[in-house]
Amino acid sequence: MNPPILSAVTFLPVLGAVILALLPRRRAALVRWFAFLVAAATFAVSLLLYTGFDAASADYQFPERLPWMPSFGISYHLGIDGISLLLVLLTTFLSPLALLSSWRAVEDRVKEFSITMLLLETGMLGVFVSLDLFLFYIFWEAMLIPMYLIIGIWGGPARIYAAIKFILYTLTGSVLMLVAILALYFQHGAATGTYTFDLPVLARYVVPGGAQVWLFLAFAVAFAIKVPMFPFHTWLPDAHVEAPTAGSVILAGVLLKMGTYGFLRFCLPLFPQASLAFAPWIFLLSLVGIVYGAWVCMVQPDLKKLVAYSSVSHLGFVVLGLFTLTPQGIVGGIIQMVNHGLSTGALFLMVGILYERRHTRLIADFGGLWKAIPAFSVLFMIVSLSSLGLPGLNGFVGEFLILVGAFAWASGQSAAPAAYLVPVLATSGIVFAAVYLLWMYQRVCFGEITSEANRGLADLTGREWAVLLPVLLFIVWIGVYPRPFTGMTEASVQALITQVQSKVAAAPGGR
Amino acid sequence: MPGALAPLAPLLLVAATAALVILLDLLPPRERKGHLAVVALVGVVAALFAALLLWGREGRAFGGMLLLDNFAVFLDVVICYATALVLLLSMDYLRRNGMETGEYYILVLLATLGMMLMAQAADLIVIFLALELMSLSLYVLAGLFRGRLTSAESSMKYFLLGAFATGFFVYGIALIYGATGTTALDRIAAASGGLQRDPMLLIGFGLLLVGFGFKISSVPFHMWVPDVYEGAPTSVTALIATGSKAAGFAALLRVLFSTFKVAQPDWALLLWVVAVLTMTLGNVIAIAQSNLKRMLAYSSIAHVGYMLVGVVAGGALGAGSVLFYLLVYTFTTVGAFGSILLLERGRREAVELDDYAGLATRHPVLALTLALFLLSLVGMPPTAGFTGKFYLFGAAVRSGYIWLAIIAVLNSALAAYYYLRVVVYMYMREPEGLPTQPAPSFAGRLALGVALWGVFQLGLMPAPVLDLAQAAVAPLLR
Repeated sequence: MNPPILSAVTFLPVLGAVILALLPRRRAALVRWFAFLVAAATFAVSLLLYTGFDAASADYQFPERLPWMPSFGISYHLGIDGISLLLVLLTTFLSPLALLSSWRAVEDRVKEFSITMLLLETGMLGVFVSLDLFLFYIFWEAMLIPMYLIIGIWGGPARIYAAIKFILYTLTGSVLMLVAILALYFQHGAATGTYTFDLPVLARYVVPGGAQVWLFLAFAVAFAIKVPMFPFHTWLPDAHVEAPTAGSVILAGVLLKMGTYGFLRFCLPLFPQASLAFAPWIFLLSLVGIVYGAWVCMVQPDLKKLVAYSSVSHLGFVVLGLFTLTPQGIVGGIIQMVNHGLSTGALFLMVGILYERRHTRLIADFGGLWKAIPAFSVLFMIVSLSSLGLPGLNGFVGEFLILVGAFAWASGQSAAPAAYLVPVLATSGIVFAAVYLLWMYQRVCFGEITSEANRGLADLTGREWAVLLPVLLFIVWIGVYPRPFTGMTEASVQALITQVQSKVAAAPGGR
Repeated sequence: MPGALAPLAPLLLVAATAALVILLDLLPPRERKGHLAVVALVGVVAALFAALLLWGREGRAFGGMLLLDNFAVFLDVVICYATALVLLLSMDYLRRNGMETGEYYILVLLATLGMMLMAQAADLIVIFLALELMSLSLYVLAGLFRGRLTSAESSMKYFLLGAFATGFFVYGIALIYGATGTTALDRIAAASGGLQRDPMLLIGFGLLLVGFGFKISSVPFHMWVPDVYEGAPTSVTALIATGSKAAGFAALLRVLFSTFKVAQPDWALLLWVVAVLTMTLGNVIAIAQSNLKRMLAYSSIAHVGYMLVGVVAGGALGAGSVLFYLLVYTFTTVGAFGSILLLERGRREAVELDDYAGLATRHPVLALTLALFLLSLVGMPPTAGFTGKFYLFGAAVRSGYIWLAIIAVLNSALAAYYYLRVVVYMYMREPEGLPTQPAPSFAGRLALGVALWGVFQLGLMPAPVLDLAQAAVAPLLR
């Protein structure tokens, strides 16, 4: 058996957290460095996944499988394919940066904060690498608690309200998914005689039509809450605004991707007919999310809230791309997940940098920052442009592919003219994004310095450069030469589409 | 003769320990009774191991009135765990409250004896006697802090309502005897096959359910729970919440699955409704509580609702998951009550939510421990609460009770609100006023450590114990 790289990547942060628990509380600098180095080491180990990954194969790679509760068909089954590889790397990449960014913002209970962040990282990685539904659910649920604590302990003034809302919302969605997982397990067992939670095995089974609809809905609601799709998004602005910067980065960068990843990994292959049947509704909700999210952004007086609502809009694109079930749409969706993690993560980092200096996030309190802190303003511009999808930066690649996918989907529909409304309306979201981001940037950075407090602002420190430059590197890299990233996903995406289509074709009567 | 009594070894050990403690109580020293706790603990742990050694053996004694099977062994183990943990918690707790008496340990042992008798009873009369032995001991224990009004109230309420419920129970036995001519569980099963619609049998059976409903505190027989749990000494509350509930479920499961198997569709439907009402009412009212003991009281009602889900589901998986959950629930609940018991503010126990504000800053380890027990009550992985619920609701889904499972999981999501509110107080608020201090108690910490070990052992490696639980219900389902 190969060395268990996936287990090493997943549990290295926990190991670090355990050692961290033994370090003296008073030595905050030691604690910070140690946590950062653990997360950085995890990233380093996870690079082995990239170098060892066979992009031509659609199989699950680096597999690990141990019996856990054999009488229930539960095993410790890990593996990644092109869909999860990039998300694992995104997680390991953002975690050390989030930790590094918190060095000044989090002064209180540094040790607990670092431990919680590392536990959170393991939870997130576990979600992406699990190939057993039981194991997946464990990570999916276990991850809620660290995030809850991060928002509730180190968050802003309304943190307790936001933390409770976050956990109740997501918990309600996920317990329904638990019932669906159990129902799928027993249905599969009764039909085939094999009781198992193993995803690759379950994915070969065609769930009968009526049950498929209900199971799809239960999974879809859990994922839609996590994404979050309109109208399940109301927890997100509260959670984002109240969370500390590092929490927002992880929340936007990785946690939201679990919803979209769930659609891709579970809903499409397990319930293909229902997914296709509900696709128009998913498109409708995505479009509402894209447009509504963008409109709300335009009227936000608070920078962080603006970035938070922009996630609703951007994630709408991702879901749209996934459900087109075209290679371009899905590859674009995956790339856009990574892009959103980088761009929005960077936006949260930069808003956090402003907040640390001025203790306000109101757009009206800024203005003319270009003159006061030019380096910050340049980076802020690049990140904003990346978020709005300027060609040459990463956001463009993802949105372009998604729109190509949407047009390809529309041309395949019988009600063709009406179907073209989907890509057309989605495109309007890009225009709105340009409006709210550029207008925000203009009010924050251009013009005269309106507030005296902004005149003496310090520009980026070395640590802040260290946090932002890696993100910028990837923002440009993906924008200019996305092949190393898209190439990793294509084989798996193609296999997924083939699987979905063959299952739909094989189903008695289809839908 | 010794061979004939072998199936009763766990019972005899507890009974002998009780007798020994009565004797030792008469000897000096008069003031300190800590050694009695140690003796009681040794006896209970010995009974636990004796029960484990009897796994796989079957036998009867006293003319078939008592029996031993894997089911009884499993519940004996659960009950012994509960009692042992409660004894550990009691030692310093009683001394702190100036109530260290020999009677306490004697009564705890007698109550334990009653509980184990309920698990091993093969006759309705024995179940009744066991129930009385357990209940009478617990009534007195609830009123142990005789100087406190709440404790006296607790004891009085428990006694009055309990006596009422036992009356129903006896009446039920009488009617069943009238219908079938016997009180032996297996002979009732044989006789009731032809009498399915006999009104006397049905009414008798219904009255039995009333008695059990009271003991396991299911709706609508839950009224006594909050006041009794709140007023009783916390260690006694923990025993009532775990041991007596396990005993109630032991007898209930045996009666339902082996004696009244023919009526399964009927009682399953009835219990479906009871389960939904029990968990929903428990959770909804728990949200409004600011006293932790009251909150845990309502939460324990909700957990009975979850366990009834497993009863409704039936089969080896359903009944087995109830047993598994009883063990999980014992560790978790003793842990939660134990954490409360160790904390005091000023000169009184820390039972109000406000007492927990900022606890994590001052006493991080204890706060973390309590938080983990609460997360297990929520049902968060990787704690035992999650695996327990997973099996219970899985059994419901398997038997086709999808809606019941959905109502149950939504209830657990709802419950997260009030459990996590305690976490909010401990971790996200600043302490005010007098500090809340943990009492120095090695035994108490040991109890919490064992409970925590149980919570993680059953959360991470549940398979072996679940297999045992499923094997344990096999004798009932034959």
